[in-house]
Amino acid sequence: MRGLVGYGVYVPYFRLDRKSVAAALGTPPGAGTRAVAAYDEDTTSLGVEAARAALRATPGARPDALYFATALPAYLDKTNATAVHAALDLDASALACDMLGSIRSGAGALRAALQGGGTTLVLLADIRTGLPGGGDERDGGDGAAALLVADGTRELPLLAEPLAHASVTAEFLERWRVPGERASHQWEERFGEHVYVPLGEAAVVAALKQAGVTAPAINHWVVAGPHGRANKRLAAVVGATKGTVVDDLGATVGNTGTAHAALLLAQVLDGAAPDELIAVVSLADGCDVTLWRATAALAARRPATRVADQLAGGGQVSYGSFLTWRGHLEREPPRRPDPEPPAAPPSLRAEAWKFAFTGSRCQACGARHLPPQRVCVKCHAIDRMTPERLADVPAVIATFTVDRLAYSLSPPVVAAVIDFEGGGRFQCELTDVDPAAVRIGDRVEMTFRRLFTAGSVHNYFWKARPLRGGS
Amino acid sequence: MASNGIRDRVAIVGMGCTPFGERWDKSVNDLLVDATKETLASAGIELRDVDAFWLGTLYSGQSGLTLSRPLKIDYKPVSRLENYCATGSEAFRNACYAVASGAYDVAMAIGVEKLKDSGISGLPGIAAPGDGTRAGLTAPATFSLLAPAYAKKFGVDEATLKDVMTRIAWKNHKNGALNPRAQFRKEVPKETIACSPLVAGPLGIFDCSGVSDGSAAAIIVRAEDARRYTDKPLYVKALSFIAGPAAGPMDPDYDYTTFPEVVASAADAYAQAGIKDPRQELAMAEVHDCFTPTELVLMEDLGFAARGTGWKEVLAGTFDLEGELAVNPDGGLKSFGHPIGASGLRMLFEAWLQLRGEAGKRQIASVARGRNLALTHNLGGAPGECVSFVGVVGSAPSA
Repeated sequence: MRGLVGYGVYVPYFRLDRKSVAAALGTPPGAGTRAVAAYDEDTTSLGVEAARAALRATPGARPDALYFATALPAYLDKTNATAVHAALDLDASALACDMLGSIRSGAGALRAALQGGGTTLVLLADIRTGLPGGGDERDGGDGAAALLVADGTRELPLLAEPLAHASVTAEFLERWRVPGERASHQWEERFGEHVYVPLGEAAVVAALKQAGVTAPAINHWVVAGPHGRANKRLAAVVGATKGTVVDDLGATVGNTGTAHAALLLAQVLDGAAPDELIAVVSLADGCDVTLWRATAALAARRPATRVADQLAGGGQVSYGSFLTWRGHLEREPPRRPDPEPPAAPPSLRAEAWKFAFTGSRCQACGARHLPPQRVCVKCHAIDRMTPERLADVPAVIATFTVDRLAYSLSPPVVAAVIDFEGGGRFQCELTDVDPAAVRIGDRVEMTFRRLFTAGSVHNYFWKARPLRGGS
Repeated sequence: MASNGIRDRVAIVGMGCTPFGERWDKSVNDLLVDATKETLASAGIELRDVDAFWLGTLYSGQSGLTLSRPLKIDYKPVSRLENYCATGSEAFRNACYAVASGAYDVAMAIGVEKLKDSGISGLPGIAAPGDGTRAGLTAPATFSLLAPAYAKKFGVDEATLKDVMTRIAWKNHKNGALNPRAQFRKEVPKETIACSPLVAGPLGIFDCSGVSDGSAAAIIVRAEDARRYTDKPLYVKALSFIAGPAAGPMDPDYDYTTFPEVVASAADAYAQAGIKDPRQELAMAEVHDCFTPTELVLMEDLGFAARGTGWKEVLAGTFDLEGELAVNPDGGLKSFGHPIGASGLRMLFEAWLQLRGEAGKRQIASVARGRNLALTHNLGGAPGECVSFVGVVGSAPSA
C-alpha cells in the first residue's frame, strides 16, 4: 500500500508580535504571534529545512521524485525544486519539479505523489505576504512541511495510510494575485464562506462514504485553507466530535498557506496513536479531503523536533525589521559596495559544495576540508580526496565577530570560525542568533539559507545557527 | 628557511613620501609625481638616472603604464605588482633584488594608492567571479577574530583586552600627532577611543587604520655605490616575504592568536640580518597595525614579547616612542593612514628618517646611543590566510 513513510516540518525562528503592528500603524490590536521567515530565507530554503527534518527522521529513504509546491516561488521560469534537490544531495536521476503559484498546489502535489510510484518527497513551503496593516499580513505565517510518500515496505514502513480521498473543484473569484504583485486581493469575506462551506461539505461526505466511516469516527480533523472564516464554519458543520478539530496554530505560527494542511497533519502525527483516523480537509479553490489512518510504525519514526517544539520560536522580530525583510521598507544601505551575484559557471563547478555542503576528506591522512580541496592542508597529498557531506554534522565556535560594516539586509553580520565534530573547519555567517549571546565553545548546526539576492540572482548557501534543544 | 638573503648588497639612497590622508586635491598621477619628485631630490638624481622601476598598487592602476604615463618615463622597464596590503614592501623587495643581481645600477620602488575616490567606507572588493560561498566579511571583521581568541587563550578578560587595544591606538595617535605627513595629527583621549562606535567585534572606529591616499618611494643602488649619493645611506639587511597556505580558516589547529606567516618571515629576516634579540637590537619597528589586535599579536609574532605577554608589555608602555622598543613611531597605519600600495614604503621612510636622525620631534633616543637597525613589517590578507613581509635596514654596513 502507498502512503506516508516520513514527515518533517520547519517553522522559522522569528515571531512577529501582532501587537507590534497595531503599535506602529494604529490598527486594532491583534493577539498572538505569526512565524516570520528571516531575511535570509525564502520558500526554497524553508523547504530544504523541512525536507532535511523529514529525511533525518526516515533513514533509508532516497526520494526519486521531488514535488515542490509554493504560492511564493523564489524564481519563475527556473525550477526552484532543483536547488532543493541539490541541497539534499539527491541522485541526479531523481525528478525535481515545481507546482507553483497557488495554495491548492500543495494538495495537488500530495495527491500526485499518492497516485504515483517510487519514493516521492512532497515539499510544501510558503511565506505569506500582505500589505502592511492588512489581514493577510496579520494572519499569515511562514513555514514548510515535507511529506515522504512511498509504497510501504519493511525498511520503509507506512506511518499513515490513506483510506480515502475526495476532491471538489470550482471556479470562483475569492482570492487572487497577478504575478509580480506584492499582496493578494480578496472578495468580500462572507462570499468566500458562502462558496467554500458547501464545497467542503460535499468533499467530506464523499471521502467518509468512500472510507465507510462516519464523522464521529474521525479522531482528528484538520481543516486548512486561506479563508479562515470558511475553515471554522466548515469544521463546525462536518459533524466532528467535540475536541477533535485540530488547533490551526493561528495564535503562534499563523496560516502557512500551501504548507498549512501538511503542517497541521504533522502536528497530529506527532501525537497520534495507532489506528487513529485523521481527516485532512484543504479548502482552496475547491476542497481536497484525505482520510488517513495512523499506524504502529509512527512511534519510532517521528522527527526529533516536534511541531510543538517549533511553535514558540526563538526570536522576536520588530515590525520595522519585518517590513524591511518583506521589502515594504527600503532602508539606508551601508556605504559599502553592493554584493556581487554568484556567477553561473563557478556555481555549477561548486554545486556539491554550495548546495549540499559537501567538503572533502584526505584519504592519506583523514583531514577534512571545507570547501573541498585538491591538496591536503595537513599532509599535502595531491588528489587523494573523497567527497564528504557535512550538512548534518554539528560544530563548535572557535572564534567569532560581529561585523557592523558588512552589507546585510539585517545588520550586523555575525560570523564565526566553526570546528566540526570529527574534524574540519569553516568560516561562515551565523543566523537566528543574538549577537550579544555568542561565545567561543557554543555548539552550532548548519542551515540552508539565501545569503542575499544580487543582480536578480539568489545566492543560496549554508550558515550556522546555534544548536538548540531537540534538533 | 631556504633564503640566502642579500645583506648589505644594496642600499637606499633617497626616499620620499607624500602626506597621507583624504587627498581630494590629488589624483593618482599627482601622488606618483609628488613622491617621485621628492625621492629623486632626496637622492640628488634625475628621473633619467633611474634604470628600472617597480610600482606597487592594489586598486589604483594596472601595468607599468600607471607610472610611466604620468612620469613620461622614456622606454624603461616598469613592473606593476600587488601583494595585498604588503604591496609596497613587495615593490621594494623586487627592486632590491634587481639591483643586487647586477641587472640595474639604480632602481626605484614606488607605491601608491588612491582609496578615497571610491566613495565607500573601508576597502573595495577585488574578488573574481565566484560561487557566492565565501563569507563576505570586511577587513576589520576578519582581524577582529583575533580578539576573543587571544583573550580566551591567555585568560585576558574582555575589558582588559579592550584597554590594550585602546592603548595601542592611543600610542599610535600620539606618535602621529608629531608627524606632519600623517593623516591624523592629533592625540586622541583613551576615553574617546574606547567609546568610539563599534565596527566589528570589540573594534571601534579608532581601532582601525585610516583609509587614505598617498604615495612613497625609494631609490636603491648597490651598496658600494651608496656614498656617491648620500653620506647616510640605509643598507638592506634582510628581506623576507612569505605567502602562507591560507590554512587558518580550514585547519582546526590554527587558533587565531598568531600569524604563522609573520613568525616564519621574521625568523627568515632575523637569520638574514644576523639578529638574535630583536627587542634589544632594533632601534624601532614599523609594523602592520591595520587594526589594534593585529599590532598586539605582532608584538609576539615578531619576537618583541614572549607569547601571551604582549598585552602586558603594551600596557607597560614597552613599545611607546620613549619605551624600550619604539613601535610605529610615525603613527603607523592607524594614524599615518593606509594607502595600501604605499604603506610598505612609508614604513621604510620612517626608518630612513629615524636612522638618519632626521625624525624631528619624534626622534628615537636609542639611535643616538648606537642602535642602528630598523624593522618594517607589512602583511596582507587576514588571520590564518595572509602574506607577510619583514625587512631590516641599518645605517651601518656590517663589519
